Amino acid sequence: MPASDAMRLSGGAATRLRFPLRRSLGLALGSSEVGLKAAHFRRPWLAAGLLAPQLLILLFFFFIPTYKALSLAFVQVDPFGGTSIFVGLDNFTTLFSSPEYRDSAILTLWFTLVQCVVTLFIAALLAFATDVVIRGRAIYKGVILLPYAIAPAISGVLWAFLFNPTVGPLAHMLHDLGYAWDPNRRPFDALLLVSVAAIWKHVCYDYIFLVAAFLAVPASVIEAAAIDGARPVRRFLTVTLPMAAPTVFFLVVMNFVYGLFETFGIIDTITHGGPAGSTNTLVYKVYQDGFRLLDLGSSAAQSVVLMAIAVLFTVLQFRAVERKVNYQV
Amino acid sequence: MVERHVWLSVFCHVVLLVGAAAVCMPLYFAFVAGSLTVEDVQQVPFPLLPRDHFVQNIVTAWNEGDFGQLYINSIIVTVGIVVGKLVVSIIAGFAVTYFRFPFRMTAFWLIFISLMLPVEVRIIPTYEAVADAGGPLRSFFEAIGLTGLLANTTGYRLDAALQWNMVNTYSGLILPLIASASATFLFRQFFLTIPDELCEAAKLDGAGPMKFFWDVLLPLSRANIAALSIILFLYGWNQYLWPLLFTTEKGMYTAMIGLKDLIPVADARPAWNIAMAAAFFVMAPPAIVILLMQRWFTKGLVDSSK
Repeated sequence: MPASDAMRLSGGAATRLRFPLRRSLGLALGSSEVGLKAAHFRRPWLAAGLLAPQLLILLFFFFIPTYKALSLAFVQVDPFGGTSIFVGLDNFTTLFSSPEYRDSAILTLWFTLVQCVVTLFIAALLAFATDVVIRGRAIYKGVILLPYAIAPAISGVLWAFLFNPTVGPLAHMLHDLGYAWDPNRRPFDALLLVSVAAIWKHVCYDYIFLVAAFLAVPASVIEAAAIDGARPVRRFLTVTLPMAAPTVFFLVVMNFVYGLFETFGIIDTITHGGPAGSTNTLVYKVYQDGFRLLDLGSSAAQSVVLMAIAVLFTVLQFRAVERKVNYQV
Repeated sequence: MVERHVWLSVFCHVVLLVGAAAVCMPLYFAFVAGSLTVEDVQQVPFPLLPRDHFVQNIVTAWNEGDFGQLYINSIIVTVGIVVGKLVVSIIAGFAVTYFRFPFRMTAFWLIFISLMLPVEVRIIPTYEAVADAGGPLRSFFEAIGLTGLLANTTGYRLDAALQWNMVNTYSGLILPLIASASATFLFRQFFLTIPDELCEAAKLDGAGPMKFFWDVLLPLSRANIAALSIILFLYGWNQYLWPLLFTTEKGMYTAMIGLKDLIPVADARPAWNIAMAAAFFVMAPPAIVILLMQRWFTKGLVDSSK
């Protein structure tokens, strides 16, 4: 096969010539063999062509916007014209000293934390039950998974209706119980409603992963525990749950990411961040300040803070995935 | 096999029934609300059984929101996201795992970094990028002097030609959402698990890279592609923030934004019956996909995080 021979030969020559360059790159970026198949091709131009669409899209819609956010965070821009003045860290000092921003940060932390814990607890309970029952398992699973298909915005619409103080059936029930439920006026009610909608939408995600993790626990380990006299609940707490710990850790990270970044639709359809900023999470505030108040400098500074948080969680997420692989029986 | 406890089974069935009921309850009430007239909706206590206006409300909502157009928009955007992201990422994943070329690791890291920042945290600058996609190119050509040169020699206004405003276009709705490397990374991870012998054998038989890709890699990736398509379909159809920002004309709204417009605001006529009926046909496509392809998608979702 002359073509492939020629390819191999020219490839070999090219590698030899490029060796010093490759070595210096390898030093800078770790080994250049990482993630390369032992059997591979040497057609740099074809590879460049295959990579081009991905890199071009990333350049225009990821790197340039990210760079802009970073540079905008250090200037003061007037929303109607082009003028911008470099102001250093002013945007950040203003941001961190603003009580509104601090309130929003504390609120986001609480909301995310509560959402994360409650979601995991409900999902673990349901997954445990799914692991025990035999009859009807597929039907239960199918129903519980359904909210995965439902957009956060639609979850918001459904719960906004259920607890709407004038027409909502569940709001009527609360009123009958003597509770003056009104998420449009009472901050606590609004926050509770947003949390319920967020949890309802997200339990299915944790549930899928936990069911898979519990199923992956080897039957022999469970049987050994049973022979030692451990009853089902004890087996679950001392064998199944620790074996699924890496999955739980992964889900904690994913729940935080969801609570921080993906609840925009829920908040926008139920409360619009109100009343009195009681559901104005960090992501919602970026949108409010940037698109409603046109305070671009502050909004960019907020974006940079969020980026830092996002990077932190991505690192944690990869740690979680690594731990999952290392945990072997 | 371990022993079974009757009471434990009963307890678990109760837990699951309560869970399933909690999932269905909002959907059931939405269905009931969608089958009422606007006067019935305001009744206290709220009726517990559906009445017979469901179809009528669906028709009203469909016409009122011009959902024929919005549905087409949603379908175009979703298909664009699914197909665009799959194609772009599978070939990029192929390139970083199966080719040796200079700056391979640089390319890999450039792609990898984009996993770190979700779209939500760079809303404003991405909006600018889409509102003026030609901007960076304009400043680039201006910096290297090409703009002035062309204008002087040929009279061709390069800066005028590079005005691309993507607001209210399908590409503006699609491209920013596929600018993340999650799927590329997924395919890379999958390709790394494919035995080396396959590629060796293909090379021995004289197959070039593209032939290997078409005849070996793509058929092997079929399950991954299917699972990822489902996940991307849900992702695309359920987008909310993006279409909310990038569409200002009603004709370009997606179905999700159309639904948002039907939610009664305070002091308006509480037409929740129309909004709830609309919620049903907006969430129908992803719900049908989930119900029909549950096994594919749960496996794909759990695998994709590995």
